[in-house]
Amino acid sequence: MTTSGYATERDTTEGKVFTVTGGDWDTVTGGIDPLSNEKIVVNMGPQHPSTHGVLRLVLELEGETVTEVRPVIGYLHTGIEKNLEYRNWVQGTTFVTRMDYLAPLFNEAGYCFAVEKLLGITDDIPERAQTIRVMFMELNRISSHLVWLATTGMELGAISMMLYGFREREYILDIFEETSGLRMNHAYFRPGGLAQDVPDTALAKIRDFLVYLPKKLKEYEAMLSGQVIWQERTQGVAVLDVTGCLSLGITGPVLRAAGLPWDLRKTMPYAGYEKYEFDVPTAQTADVWGRYLVRLAEIRESLKIVEQCLDRLRPGAVMVKDKKIAWPAQLAIGVDGMGNSLEHVAKIMGQSMESLIHHFKLVTEGFRVPPGQVYVGIEHPRGELGVHAVSDGGTHPYRVHYRDPSFVNLQAIPAMAEGALLADVIAGGASLDPVMGGCDR
Amino acid sequence: MSDATNEPGSELNAVPTGANIGSPAEVSPTIHAEHGMFGVQGTGDVSGFGGLVRRRPSTQDTPRPFGGYFDEVHDALEEAYPGFADAIEKVVVDRGELTLHVKPEKIREVCQVMRDDEALRFELCSSVSGVDYLGSDTRRLHVVYHLTSMTYRRVVRLEAAVPVDGRLPSVTSVYPTADWQEREAYDMFGVVFEGHPNLTRILMPDDWEGHPQRKDYPLGGVAVEYKGAEIPPPDKRRVYQ
Repeated sequence: MTTSGYATERDTTEGKVFTVTGGDWDTVTGGIDPLSNEKIVVNMGPQHPSTHGVLRLVLELEGETVTEVRPVIGYLHTGIEKNLEYRNWVQGTTFVTRMDYLAPLFNEAGYCFAVEKLLGITDDIPERAQTIRVMFMELNRISSHLVWLATTGMELGAISMMLYGFREREYILDIFEETSGLRMNHAYFRPGGLAQDVPDTALAKIRDFLVYLPKKLKEYEAMLSGQVIWQERTQGVAVLDVTGCLSLGITGPVLRAAGLPWDLRKTMPYAGYEKYEFDVPTAQTADVWGRYLVRLAEIRESLKIVEQCLDRLRPGAVMVKDKKIAWPAQLAIGVDGMGNSLEHVAKIMGQSMESLIHHFKLVTEGFRVPPGQVYVGIEHPRGELGVHAVSDGGTHPYRVHYRDPSFVNLQAIPAMAEGALLADVIAGGASLDPVMGGCDR
Repeated sequence: MSDATNEPGSELNAVPTGANIGSPAEVSPTIHAEHGMFGVQGTGDVSGFGGLVRRRPSTQDTPRPFGGYFDEVHDALEEAYPGFADAIEKVVVDRGELTLHVKPEKIREVCQVMRDDEALRFELCSSVSGVDYLGSDTRRLHVVYHLTSMTYRRVVRLEAAVPVDGRLPSVTSVYPTADWQEREAYDMFGVVFEGHPNLTRILMPDDWEGHPQRKDYPLGGVAVEYKGAEIPPPDKRRVYQ
């Protein structure tokens, strides 16, 4: 039937059908290994449940092995830095808080520290305001790390962790709402101090939270740390050592998980962090597992700081004394929601013409900031948040640049993922904890 | 009269304590003031900043001693880098921060020394950003580098000024972390970093025209393309009256 070198033929109702066989074809088809020789380019994102927002990864794959990753960002660029140049210095807080939406208070803090340094009033900020700032930043760090735990758990298959993490974060958001009126994007820190004092009800909630969270943390550890799937997905995955971190500019938990205890709260203290007692947790593994351990330990350290803040809290002002800078109004909750306190309105409208002029000038024009430039670095949940602020002497920022840790840290994805399996790209990317709102600004 | 009425008057002319007058902005001697903001003329300006007049003093060298660790950094760099006198244009200390103004063509060499010398050890390039000082032609765009020494716990700012569409060497070979940050500075200001492995836009779309963070790039007044149709800027749209 078969004749070597010739194709066999067969008549069918559709016409003649040739069956191509023989030595030549077998060697040709045999020489192609469908797995090793096929390069696939996969476009992951910008809309993808495992990329923490609108991050796009262009992956080149050989089978399941990643040979090249190219992160593409900019999908959430909203021009916040440009917009700041059109607003006065106080309005800037409202803008910057929207950058990294999981750590809004850090954006505000970095901005306020920079403006205060430009004004030269860093040492004049009331003790109570600084203590509340530290306390709220640490609560925000906890909520940010809880979201990290939640989303990373979800991405690596532990869906219940997602539910628990968001549930506990809601507790903190309630505290923020109680204090600032908003769950997120608070605009609570203002140049010179705080928008308003923290109410006693919120302090009571914080005390409850200090009792509540440690128990829950134990549950999460019991659920994740001993679990084989969690260990397999995280241990030895997406390794980046100290050298790699430093050359790529990676800071925060990723750097500390590689073994370098670099934490700006300790190494270059600001806002009085030198007065608090806490440790800088590190790990030696430099992998996703290490970053998980570091973040869990950081939540505990933050709880310690919050506790010390509550002890330190003394009654007092929460805004600088300088009436040229301090926002004149006192906010209060009225029948129609939050607004200027009636007492203040009565005073400026009925008793004091100068107060009215002063209020008017500050609110419409804003205060002037002497020309110059400053750089302030603070320890954000994801690493170093740097604010470079330039003033030309006017009432508006001349230029504000945010060195956002998400932006810089995302550069490490190729270094972590190339040569590894596709599933580890998710684990590695998640371990960087990128927030695209901060990355693209 | 309440106490608040007395306080503002006495404090109005006082400079906040700790603030030094010294601008990072440099303007050529012929230009003393600028009018308006963002270069918008006529109706394009809806912000009300058209009547703004801004005067900026020029930066001055800070006399020695600088104080703190600044003298040590300065001397260590002078010792380790033979081209110091040629490359460093100006040393400014303001608000407890040290700024070295570097000639743009020398920035890579300076960074290399800053990173490698044992007395300097600036291992981490924290931030690279741009600032547009509108008004000076040859020194209009400034690229600002913030270097952190983890060994000595110090921060230093390097600043290089280039004209519009100016070029300067990329520092990515010294600090790989500058990769995206230089791309951002290129995207936003149009500064070209020579030797950068992949200098493309990063935040704006690839086919975007102009560099949005420049001061003469208006916030409004730009036509927007939406699903193939072009929507004119607000001031060019039909007016219903």
